[in-house]
Amino acid sequence: MTALLLITLALLTEKIILILVLFGLTLGVAAYSTYGERKVAAFLQDRLGPNRAGPFGLLQPLVDGAKMFTKEDFMPNAAERWLYILAPGAFMFVALMTSAVIPWGTQLTLFGTPVDLQVADLNIGILYIMGFTSLGVYGIMVGGWASNNKYSLYGAIRASAQMVSYELAMGLAIIAVVMLTGTLSLKEMAAQQAGFNWNIWYQPLGFLIFFVCSLAECNRAPFDMAECETELIGGYHTEYSSMKLGFYLFAEYINMFISCAVISTLYFGGYNFPGIDPGWLGGLMGPIVLLAKTFFFIFVFMWIRWTIPRFRYDQLMRLGWKSLIPLAILNMVLTGAGVLLFSN
Amino acid sequence: MTLYIFLTLAVISVITALLMVFTRNPVHSVIYLILTFFSIAGQYVLLNAQFLAVVHIIVYAGAIMVLFLFVLMLLNLNADTEPQKSNGWKLSAAIAAGLLLVTLVGALRGSIQVNIPETADGSVGLVENLGKALFTDFVVPFEIAGILFLAAMVGAVLVGKRDLKV
Repeated sequence: MTALLLITLALLTEKIILILVLFGLTLGVAAYSTYGERKVAAFLQDRLGPNRAGPFGLLQPLVDGAKMFTKEDFMPNAAERWLYILAPGAFMFVALMTSAVIPWGTQLTLFGTPVDLQVADLNIGILYIMGFTSLGVYGIMVGGWASNNKYSLYGAIRASAQMVSYELAMGLAIIAVVMLTGTLSLKEMAAQQAGFNWNIWYQPLGFLIFFVCSLAECNRAPFDMAECETELIGGYHTEYSSMKLGFYLFAEYINMFISCAVISTLYFGGYNFPGIDPGWLGGLMGPIVLLAKTFFFIFVFMWIRWTIPRFRYDQLMRLGWKSLIPLAILNMVLTGAGVLLFSN
Repeated sequence: MTLYIFLTLAVISVITALLMVFTRNPVHSVIYLILTFFSIAGQYVLLNAQFLAVVHIIVYAGAIMVLFLFVLMLLNLNADTEPQKSNGWKLSAAIAAGLLLVTLVGALRGSIQVNIPETADGSVGLVENLGKALFTDFVVPFEIAGILFLAAMVGAVLVGKRDLKV
């Protein structure tokens, strides 16, 4: 009994440390994504970008954070008080929860004990991510509604319609991956893609669909209808200021980081890279490889944002329902036929 | 430990379900119902049915309630515009609901106790076992349910079409 308790206590400490490290990493990456975004935008527009705070402007995220915290926290008179306060927190919570099932590497040996580099190996890992992605819309909807402003409400309604529409194609793209790998666990999916046996070679169409849907789910340009400033002022966060606004903007970058990590895990081998053993450096090589892939996709997200103009709302809906969903179904049928023919 | 978690979740689900019924504001009702769904999903996890729990969240909290909230926001319903029914309506509604309760209790009381096969590792609710059961033992009801959903979808599209010539 005591031995059992000790083991669970050790496991608990291990998991708590892992969660704290992951939490810090997520916040750090999200903070420096804001810096990266401005530098990438500057590069694409032939400007310099932030370069005043610290060397190369590297302290810019800290300065921005201090500004957000010290601004006046304004709340509209007619707002629905509790929901208005809760909504940004709920949005942030959901964004942070998704990172729990991503496998960052095989195993790390710390003080002689092997540590799994994954917070929770759920046997339904990919569905867990789908579940929390589908909950992300509540923070936007409730916040937009509780602000009691028609532009916020329009933004909220647009966001919810867009997210529900693109979830369908996203789910269908994931089904094809699940058929191919025969598992719902992200850990097994990553392990199966050892070396250069990546899923992208079997699922190029599925990857394209998943990538476009991720852009839409993260509310990133060219699909950022919910905060389209030319039509809706600031969209769902028009009435938010100070750190409540900061939460919304920050959670968007967290979402981007997590979805890039999921894309890398599902289609680009996760922590695997040909010629590199994820066990090198005492197991730290796996996280480094996965982070490198994730940063590459974050760069692609930014590249797209500063290159492609925003869609019109009807174009967005037409792309989602009339192009992506039929393509995803076709991809699913082809994958099923392929698995049936070549699995034996 | 499991018992305490079960009791906490049960209390949360009952309280939020009651708040869902009693609150005046439709948007608050929807949010309480979402909390109820979460506590029920927690019960599924306690029963080691993770697949069922996550599907419950995806389908109910992630899809159906989003559409509810969407419609409520579009119609701009709030506590002031909620229609007030007369006392006669309220009385007849209470009687009808009470009769339904009596029928349900009567039906459940006489039913046979189903013996749930107890597996040693409690893996009944895991996705592999659920999938095997659905596609072997229960394949006919499963397919019929699928056809029913398809028919409902086609029906909804037909009802939604304005210039329909029959």
